[in-house]
Amino acid sequence: MEPSNPNIDRRQFLKTSSSVALFIGASGLLPQLVSCSDQKQMATLARTESLTAWVRLSEDGEMTVYNPAAEMGQGSMTSLPLLFAEEMDADWSRVRVEFAPQEAEIYGGEGWRPGTKLMFTVGSRTTNSYYTVMRKAGAQARHVLLYSAAKHWDVPLNELTTANGVVTHAGSKRQMDYGSLVPLLELPDPLAEIEEGDLKHPKEFQLVGKVIPRTEIPAKVDGSAQFAIDIRLPDMVYGVMERGNLHGATPTLTNESEIRTMDGVLKIVTLPYAIGIIASSLEQALEAKKHLKIDWSTSAASSHNSQEVYEVYEKMASKTKPGKILIQKGDVAAAMKKASKTYTADFRNDYVCHAQMEPLNAVVQVAADLQSADVWVGSQQGPDTKLGVPTILGIPPEKVNVHLQYLGGGFGRRSMNDFVEECTLLAREVAPRPLKLMWTREDDFTYGAFRPLSLQRIEAGTDSAGRLISFSHCVVGDGGNLVASGAANDHYDIPNQLAEWREASNGIRLKHWRAVGHGPNKFAIECTIDEIAHDQGIDPVAFRRKLMSDSPRALATLEKAAELSDWNGVTLPGRAKGVAFVEHGSLGTGICEISIDRDTGVIRVHNFWIALDAGVVVHPDNVRAQMEGGILMGMSSVLKEQITIEKGRVQQKNFNTYELLRMQEIPDTIETYLIDSEMHPEGVGETATPMVACAIANAFLKLTGKPLRHMPFTPDRVLEVLNS
Amino acid sequence: MPAYTLTVNGKVHRVEVAEGTSLLWVLREHLGFTGTKYGCGIALCGACVIHIDSQPVRACVLNIEAVSQNQSITTIEGLSESGDHPVQRAWIEAQAPQCGYCQSGQIMQAAALLESNPNPSRQEIKSYMSSVLCRCGTYMRILKAVELAAEQQPQKES
Repeated sequence: MEPSNPNIDRRQFLKTSSSVALFIGASGLLPQLVSCSDQKQMATLARTESLTAWVRLSEDGEMTVYNPAAEMGQGSMTSLPLLFAEEMDADWSRVRVEFAPQEAEIYGGEGWRPGTKLMFTVGSRTTNSYYTVMRKAGAQARHVLLYSAAKHWDVPLNELTTANGVVTHAGSKRQMDYGSLVPLLELPDPLAEIEEGDLKHPKEFQLVGKVIPRTEIPAKVDGSAQFAIDIRLPDMVYGVMERGNLHGATPTLTNESEIRTMDGVLKIVTLPYAIGIIASSLEQALEAKKHLKIDWSTSAASSHNSQEVYEVYEKMASKTKPGKILIQKGDVAAAMKKASKTYTADFRNDYVCHAQMEPLNAVVQVAADLQSADVWVGSQQGPDTKLGVPTILGIPPEKVNVHLQYLGGGFGRRSMNDFVEECTLLAREVAPRPLKLMWTREDDFTYGAFRPLSLQRIEAGTDSAGRLISFSHCVVGDGGNLVASGAANDHYDIPNQLAEWREASNGIRLKHWRAVGHGPNKFAIECTIDEIAHDQGIDPVAFRRKLMSDSPRALATLEKAAELSDWNGVTLPGRAKGVAFVEHGSLGTGICEISIDRDTGVIRVHNFWIALDAGVVVHPDNVRAQMEGGILMGMSSVLKEQITIEKGRVQQKNFNTYELLRMQEIPDTIETYLIDSEMHPEGVGETATPMVACAIANAFLKLTGKPLRHMPFTPDRVLEVLNS
Repeated sequence: MPAYTLTVNGKVHRVEVAEGTSLLWVLREHLGFTGTKYGCGIALCGACVIHIDSQPVRACVLNIEAVSQNQSITTIEGLSESGDHPVQRAWIEAQAPQCGYCQSGQIMQAAALLESNPNPSRQEIKSYMSSVLCRCGTYMRILKAVELAAEQQPQKES
């Protein structure tokens, strides 16, 4: 990072347009673009901060582009800089990528509300929210280069063209590469405003939509990619915690004096929910943790039994008074009275855990005077880009420097920064020594923050022509939007719809889990549609085709997936196909082909076909990778994963009791078709995962005539359904 | 504290740690070979696969005193001089990693497979690689990468 010289007269380097300010850095050679709408704040930043920018260009032509998003495998380290380079007409082979400083005012994308800024890698919104930001910044950088070249050659700017990092004046047959322009840079005054209309039309893209290797993959195959867990600092100490497996319980340590005398133990720190140990080495901290004797209090979760709570949820769903209305269209009650046929079914899903491969961890170093801190972390960031550290230390946000590292998986778990706060609390105790906090895999499961268990009661009605005229969707569960998201049917033409949420509360820690409520809610919706089609003897694709008549983009994914999978073709004996439509930003239809071992109850998925409309596809191979990963994570959760809770205590501790999908179980093929589009890009990270439960259950229904309505579809449950 | 001597990636290292310390912590926290990852601590996920005398082992369940100086430990950092082992090249060609955290273990497991079985069938690959977990769901590409590596490596005399 090249800090600018705060003593330079602002007028020398600061020119602004309404949305983008351009800075020349300390050396006078570095054009630094900073996106910021508030000029007053920019002026303050110019005085007080090391100014940073989206791009750093050096005279030899090397460029560094900053990635403002977390990289957790979803490819932001490539797709966002690629958008910038596209509009700058940069030579991609000379581009290096670094994480942007964690400063939302400068590097934030579009926030939840218009006019706000946010660095928060959640909800599959990275490409969607930075698509315009990155391209405008890149176009502004290109404009400065063009302006400077025009001045230098004394030719009109509009006679210049750029391509692949070179400015050309065709009339005089002159060319200069971007690096050579660095010493000649001059700033247009006023700086031209870049409007969306000034940006390239998707047909003109040279980099976007092409085959581009991911920038960070070489480091991920030679062991050099750095995750927070890999940070080692001089004089570093280690922290671990025992949090128990009863969420909300308070610990009383009964052998403190024994622990205190163990080798390497430096401190014992008591939190309301945990006992923390600080030791000289990791192995000493873990050894001490093993010896802790703790009495745990009861908690709000103490009476919770996850497999029994469904009975309570069923009763809640049966009450006449509705919960919080999520969607209301037409009049479902009246429509149900008119319906010639009605259907009702309950769908259930157990708790699941993120189980990201890198257990939670962080490194924090608090200064000796406790007035500043450095944080090394793999985080999905958050509304507070300093991740809660300033509040804990009682210091201003600018005194906290967050060094973002690669994330060894996020899936929503790393959008909760409890582990950063814990690390800060422990690090404060040993300041100025840096402290690495490690969660063990057991900690990750027993004190996890799960996708909530929930129940969906669907009541639907069809008219005499078999049209779906009423759809009512009642969600019962804990966690608000965690259980409520994905209940809408925006792409099905159903005249009367109601979706509502009835709140339960069990004292269990909960969190967004890839696709959030879409997994369970699409399961209920898509399976009900197939159950109705099955009952009426209508082909499930044909049934959806009618429902999607007003949604051409959704329909196109259905038709394409049907074509890819040869939906109407002959299926091998013992196999069947099932279909599901999901919207989660992007629109997708997935079709799978399964068989069942009727002796063991094991479902085998042979093939998966997906047709996806994601708008402009910035990085196609990576979108395919997201589809593959989304399907496999979906299969893992739908076929195997289950957190169970007995008397409030989490029963799973490690991968022996919480099994993930292994390579033996993968399909033969996952084929993705990307529908050509010039629309604004939509997120792709969470569209495939919710397809899986519905597509498998719908194939199961076709194969056996029986519905699967409780996730996960473990062999025991499958046998139970087969034998019912 | 007892002292131990280890040979890692061709170089001799001396560490002072308590008896019973996991080789994984020695490699990662004491010696800085952080390409080898911690995932479960009970040999179920494979994030910590290394080679000892060319055999794939799980560093997390191996105690320091179980390894002698005469044994040759190879971590991902020592698999090749410059990240160009056939398996690593195939991994890049297949664009296999997502988050990347499990990939050192995957690559070390795959390199061990091809060392003992240069032309594995698809089923043999799946079976051998099933002991290494990936949460991002990169198995399709890992399979492809192992097949690519098998095609590309110099064929040995059988």
